[in-house]
Amino acid sequence: MTAFTSLILRDMRLSVRVGGGALMGALFYFVVVSMIPFAIGPDLNLLARIGPAMLWIGALLSTLLALDRLFASDHDDGSLDLLTMSSLPLELTVAAKAIAHWLTTALPLVIITPVLGLMLNIELSAMGYVALTLLAGTPSLTFIGLIGAALSVTLRRGGLLMAILVLPLTVPVLIFGVAAANAAIVGPAPFGPPFTILCALSLASFVLGPFAAAAALRQGQE
Amino acid sequence: MALIDLANPTRFLALASRVLPWLAAVTAIVFAYGLYRVAYAPDDYQQGATVKIMFLHVPSAWLAMMGWGLMTVAALGTLVWRHPLADVAVKAAAPIGAAFTFICLVTGSLWGRPMWGTYWVWDARLTSVLVLFLLYLGMLALYWTADDPNRAARAAAILALVGAVNIPIIKFSVDWWNTLHQPASVVRMDGPAIDPTILVPLLVMALAFTLLFFTLHIAAMRNEILRRRVRSMRMMQAANA
Amino acid sequence: MKTDRMQLICDSLACERGGRQVFAGVNFTVSAGEAMVVTGRNGAGKSTLLRVIAGLLRAAQGQVTLTGLAGAADEASLPEQAHYLGHLDAAKPSLTVRENLTFWADFLGASGDPAIDTALEAVELDTLADLPAAYLSAGQKRRLSIARLLAVKRPVWLLDEPTSALDAPSQARLTSFMCEHLAGGGFIVAATHGPIGLDAPRELRMGAAG
Repeated sequence: MTAFTSLILRDMRLSVRVGGGALMGALFYFVVVSMIPFAIGPDLNLLARIGPAMLWIGALLSTLLALDRLFASDHDDGSLDLLTMSSLPLELTVAAKAIAHWLTTALPLVIITPVLGLMLNIELSAMGYVALTLLAGTPSLTFIGLIGAALSVTLRRGGLLMAILVLPLTVPVLIFGVAAANAAIVGPAPFGPPFTILCALSLASFVLGPFAAAAALRQGQE
Repeated sequence: MALIDLANPTRFLALASRVLPWLAAVTAIVFAYGLYRVAYAPDDYQQGATVKIMFLHVPSAWLAMMGWGLMTVAALGTLVWRHPLADVAVKAAAPIGAAFTFICLVTGSLWGRPMWGTYWVWDARLTSVLVLFLLYLGMLALYWTADDPNRAARAAAILALVGAVNIPIIKFSVDWWNTLHQPASVVRMDGPAIDPTILVPLLVMALAFTLLFFTLHIAAMRNEILRRRVRSMRMMQAANA
Repeated sequence: MKTDRMQLICDSLACERGGRQVFAGVNFTVSAGEAMVVTGRNGAGKSTLLRVIAGLLRAAQGQVTLTGLAGAADEASLPEQAHYLGHLDAAKPSLTVRENLTFWADFLGASGDPAIDTALEAVELDTLADLPAAYLSAGQKRRLSIARLLAVKRPVWLLDEPTSALDAPSQARLTSFMCEHLAGGGFIVAATHGPIGLDAPRELRMGAAG
């Protein structure tokens, strides 16, 4: 087995074992989105109108907050030292961790989205599109959040600081994700252009995220 | 762990293995009778056969609340008397209670579809059950993330008690929130006075669900005790190696 | 492996941490089959030196090179040729002993079929292979770390207090592993306070020169 796939498998295995974070992201998403109607009221028409935005905010927060300990836990038990001593470039190492994290945290969130969509009175036919925007957009959130996770090792501070650093970077993803979802539900703007830009943002973050995160981790070694 | 502490779970295991087959059999019989009565219960003049969802919905709502009640009593056992079985009871009840709460939400949503024209409205009752479901999920998450069962026990007990105190307040708040936004409730789920042709099957089903709950709970407690024994035996194996 | 020409050369190495100079002007050459023991008082920079050699800390000045390796041997490839045994054991508590070791063997690139079972037997963890690492004692976790050195063949061993948490039989076994490694043409650089059981290793005293 190659180093890359073995790291993905290890991180996925860790996340489903005791103390692992799999499903926590989806759970947080579920709780956050269900809280919002208590603040704005149970009016179904209103909920349907702002539903996509709420789903996206929930996905954004749960993806980023779940990333908090991605590198910190490896740093604390000495694994990070060994991870850097492989022939696998550090950029690919962090990318493998991001992929494993997306599969165990963000993908369950995308899967439960239709259930939340029902509760927000989003039409079933449009629900597929909203889930599709999350499927295309959450990798971007994970790979941008990766930078924050690496910085929190360097700075030895996690949690809120990471959110403050990373949230502004996710603004484009939020704009085009919600725009695509809204286009699918209410129109009249077509779904294609914002969705294509969303995919482009994800692809760009695949490149940018691992390089920036690896650089941050190397700086942390000083 | 002292020997005296082990004695109780051991006696529980012996008792459980004797009681479980009988309990399961009685549950199956009561369920069969209940379903038979449900099948012959009259349809509602307005809702038609949809009303039969009630025979699943109402008992599971009852068990969703009873589950937390049981956890609360057991949590007192953990915190006050430090009874070794109490925490096992809390942990075993959490997923079962969550499952019945989930059934309650799903059946409520299916029931609502023909009446509301949508699968979900933020109706006061359903919303309260949803919050209860979130509380159950929190309890499950607590047990997932804790690797040491003894440390999880106290946290879970405190959470169960805090939840028990909060649930009436949540219920009140949700009712208030709901009437604030939706002054007139169009459809009432419980309907007018219940006819005996409906009431008897409903009570039989409630009994069947309750029996099912306890069957599952005792089996889950047995599994949890055995799981903890396996854990301590493996720790001993590591210590003696 | 043409190990007889291989040398680990450390050339006027200096390291700074937080603006403070930890050490400067460290020079040494270790040839294949040689062990070097780094000694010195607390805070003299023994651990820091090992981490610099392992590529985990950046040197303020100077460089460490591994020469004579078949293929491209430059500064950057040294961490890939080295095992680092630090204070932390890099064992995930929720994975079993075997899963932990198998992962590191796969990730660090064991050539061919990694000898997981042989390595576990060598450190006497084979009976505990299927237990979660959370159940292991400190000494057992240390042995799991040592099994990593055996499962993946790398010429340079960087050992930071390798005998800590080990009982006398385990220390003796570690010594025999080190002797085998040296006999096979490996390098060992070990930071230690006490004897590690090797006869007549080279010694580098840190902090003595200033």
